[in-house]
Parts: sequence; structure tokens; C-alpha cells
Amino acid sequence: MNFDVAFGQYCEGTSLLHRLDPRAKILMSLFYIVDVFLAKNVFAFAVLTAFVVFLIALSGINMKIILRGLKPVLFIMIFTAVINIFWYSGETVLVSFWIITIYLEGIYNALLIVLRVVLLIAGTSVILTYTTTPLSLTDGLERLLSPLAKIKVPVHEFALMMTIALRFIPTLIEETGKIMDAQKARGAAFTEGSLVKRVKALIPVLVPLFASSFRRADELATAMECRCYRGGKGRTRMHVLKATPVDVLAVLVIILLGVALVLINNFTGGFAIGW
Amino acid sequence: MSKIIKAENVSFAYEGDTPEERVEALKNVSFEIEEGTFTVILGRNGSGKSTLAKLLCMVNLPDSGRLVIDGVDVTRGDVTEDEIYDLRREIGMVFQNPDNQIVATIVEDDVAFGPENLGIEPAEIRRRVDEALSAVGMSEYARHSASRLSGGQKQRVAIAGALAMKRRCIIFDESTAMLDPLGRREVMKSIVRLNREEGITVILITHYMNEASFADRVIVMEDGGVVTEGTPDEVFSRPEEMFAAGLEVPQTTELLWRLRKAGLDVPLGTCTPSECAAIIKDALGKRGDAV
Repeated sequence: MNFDVAFGQYCEGTSLLHRLDPRAKILMSLFYIVDVFLAKNVFAFAVLTAFVVFLIALSGINMKIILRGLKPVLFIMIFTAVINIFWYSGETVLVSFWIITIYLEGIYNALLIVLRVVLLIAGTSVILTYTTTPLSLTDGLERLLSPLAKIKVPVHEFALMMTIALRFIPTLIEETGKIMDAQKARGAAFTEGSLVKRVKALIPVLVPLFASSFRRADELATAMECRCYRGGKGRTRMHVLKATPVDVLAVLVIILLGVALVLINNFTGGFAIGW
Repeated sequence: MSKIIKAENVSFAYEGDTPEERVEALKNVSFEIEEGTFTVILGRNGSGKSTLAKLLCMVNLPDSGRLVIDGVDVTRGDVTEDEIYDLRREIGMVFQNPDNQIVATIVEDDVAFGPENLGIEPAEIRRRVDEALSAVGMSEYARHSASRLSGGQKQRVAIAGALAMKRRCIIFDESTAMLDPLGRREVMKSIVRLNREEGITVILITHYMNEASFADRVIVMEDGGVVTEGTPDEVFSRPEEMFAAGLEVPQTTELLWRLRKAGLDVPLGTCTPSECAAIIKDALGKRGDAV
């Protein structure tokens, strides 16, 4: 079993991006997503690409890891690219046969859309998921949303649930492996037979897994109670988040990037993406 | 010395759906635990020892009898949530399954969980966490993810979690049962250190006989009641009672007991294998046999 998948994609490091306040990084990635959709023409895309390359260099994360992160969306990228090539209508006809006409603009458009997806994933992962531990992420989210607690949104409880969920993913993966082995030893076949058969073979895995999860939850609740847990009220934290001027500056940089992209769109020519 | 725990005729039953399903887990149990001592509660499965642990850390309250914890009678009837909460600051518990008591992903965050609940200042939490981790020898794992530790290491993290709350008494409910021999030794070392060096009252619930030899006092339970108690030497010098309670005695003790029954003049009690060898050699020497 691959435990790394379960642990988010955090890559150890001490770069500026790693050290930024998680709240700042959450805001940065939100603004960054807006930025990516603000980029319209080739020049804006060039600036954005340069910016992401700069961020990757700054984070010190290996390019290979970033590329590996793109693998899961490869299919979506190819799919959107193909759709764009065939459906986009422009002026310069490249190939035309039967009912299919491929325009040069369609190819440009497809390339920019693929680039947009790549930038979206590479950018957000380098700002947020690769450089922030899951725990400081939930921590940042909790503080960022803490004003909502005033209108009775259980922010602390949600954050704790996320923390516990993250904590138990590897434990449950390990347990699933054990139960599967136990069922295999009893003759269960998970990789043979029709789809229906294989799904049915999973039931004897899921039932004990659920049963033991409830037992775990019960024990954990008792343990938490014994450790004096009684909700978020009056609770302090060991790690105090302190926003520094650098954090504010970093968020500003991302916002300014968006402004710059809009200006570039308006004041330079070049091919612009369709949507 | 003051008594941190006083139990008088404590009984507890698990209610079933029907009267036949009712299980009387504890029947009229009485004992006292002095502050700062190391007590081992021995008993086989189903003897009621884990039920007792749950009463001592106030997960359940007794059905009848009197249970006084740190001067507060929790069986008083009008005991408040806040009183129980205050007692839990003093009395902690380390459970059997190391996986089901670790809340946070990172070791030091988990150790900080208890102090955070108490509302302690961040700088003080930091200090306590570092202190607690070094007390159990886990400082170098502070930033590691808890799920990758061995069972013994996880239990030591759980102990650090109890330590960081500056508790006066820690109950170990079969905390070594799921560990391999190496892990068990690591954890026992930490537990003994807590008692000897930090002066924390330790109540260790176990069915491993050799762990009893660390104790100041041993309480043996069987079928929901206390069958015998005393110092390890006293309890183990009466192996018949232990066998009757479905328990074994340490191998060295059993050997000495059997030799004594066979007519060799050896003292009974607990000892390490090498001490045992010396005792036997001594006794044989006295008898005049060639060794």
C-alpha cells in the first residue's frame, strides 16, 4: 500500500513558501486561481508561466514531483485539447475533410487551455499543498473561518474532524490491507471474475472495516475525554500563527499579478484564449 | 502520604438488553492507593481489571459503593461535570491500543493536545511538550508522523501526552499488551521512570507477571473481585493463589516454588534469572552437593 498518497502531497522544505503563514497561503491560492482565469492572451500566459516557474524555483521542489502531480489530470488535458481542436472555429483553415475542419486558432486555443490547467495545478500545489503540512492547512483554515463561529458555524469542530480524518487515513489503509489479506487467506478473490463479482468480494472487507472504525471512534472519544477535551471553548494552541509583513506582501503580490494580467490582456495583442 | 484513590465496596455491572445479559463486572471491590506509589493490578481476561480502570478515570461511575478520587467522592450522586473535569487534569489514562488514542498526525501536536485543552499559554505548552518527549526518549521524533512509529513508540507518545498535562496519577490499561517484547521493554522503562523519578502515582493493569515485579504493591483480581494483594514478593510467595486466579507467576518464582516443594531450602519471591541462579547455587552449596 502506498501511504504517501494518503498524506497529501507535502514535501519537506524550509523555503520562503514553506515558512509563510498557512492563512496567507490559502488566500494566495484563492487569488491565484482567479489570476489564472484572468490571463487571456499569449503574453499574459507567458507572464503567468514565468511566475509559476519562479515559484517552483523558490520552493526548491523538484520539477519531477510537480510533473508527477499533473499525471492524474493528463486524461482531462488531452480530452479538452481534442475537443477544442475539433470544435473551435477560427479563420485560418488548417485541415478540412468530410465534416471536420481544423483551424489554426483551434490548436492555439487547445494549447492555451492545456497550459491553463497545467498552471492551475502546478501553481496551487506549489503555493499550498506541496509546501503546507495538512495539519497547518486545517489550522489555517480554522483561523481563517473563525469569524463564522460567531454565526454558530462549528468551525472548530470541522477543523478537528479534518485533523482526525487525516490522522486516521494511514491507519485505515493499513487495516484495509490486513482485512483483505485475511479474506484472501479464506479464499476471497479480489482481482478475478466479473465486475459484479469483484464488487461483491469487497463487501466482506467493508463490513469489518466499518465495524472496527466505529469501535475506534468510540475508543478515541473516550481517550479524548480522558485528555480533558471539551470542545473548542477555552482551548489554546501550541503553534500560534503570526502574520508577518512578508505574509501580507505575498498575498499582495498575487493580487497585483492579477491586475498586471488584466493590463497585459488589454494593452497587448496576440492570440487570446476563447474562454 | 495521602491516599489518591479510595474504593469501598465498589460494584459495577454492564446492563444488557435483558436481565440475563447483565454482566456483573465488579463485585464489592475495596482497595486504597497511596500517592506516589506503583501499583500493579493483575488479572486474566474478564477478571474486571479494565472495568476498574474505566471507573478510576471516570469513564463510568460505580453502581454502588464509594469511590473517592483525590479527596472527591465521585459516587456522591450530585457530582458535577466540572468536578470530574478537574479530576481528569490530575488522573490520566493510557489505553491498550496505541492507534486509538493519538489524535493528531504529528507527534508533538498530539502531545500538545491535552495541554491545549486545558487552555495553557502557548510558550508553556511548548516547554511541557519538549520536556515530556525527552522524558520518554522521543525528542528526535517530535516532527515525525505518528502513524509511522512502532507500537512501543506510539505508546511512549501517549505517555508523553499524559505527562505534558502534569498529571499526578497515570493509569495504564494493558498499555503493553499489543506490543512486541522490545516495545514492551521500552514502554516499561518509561513507566518505571515516571514513578521513580517524577514521583507520579502509577497504576498498571496487566496480565504479564514480570511487569508486576516493578510494583510497590500488587492487587490480584479474579471474577470481579480482589483475591489477594501485597508486595510482589508476598503475592508471588503464594503461587497457589495465583494459579487459582488463573494466572501464572514469573518463571523464576515458579522454579523456586517447585524446588521448595521438592525439599530444597530456597526463599520464595521475585528475582531476575541470574539472581535465581545464585540463590539455587547457594542453596545447593548449603546442602553440600557438588556444584
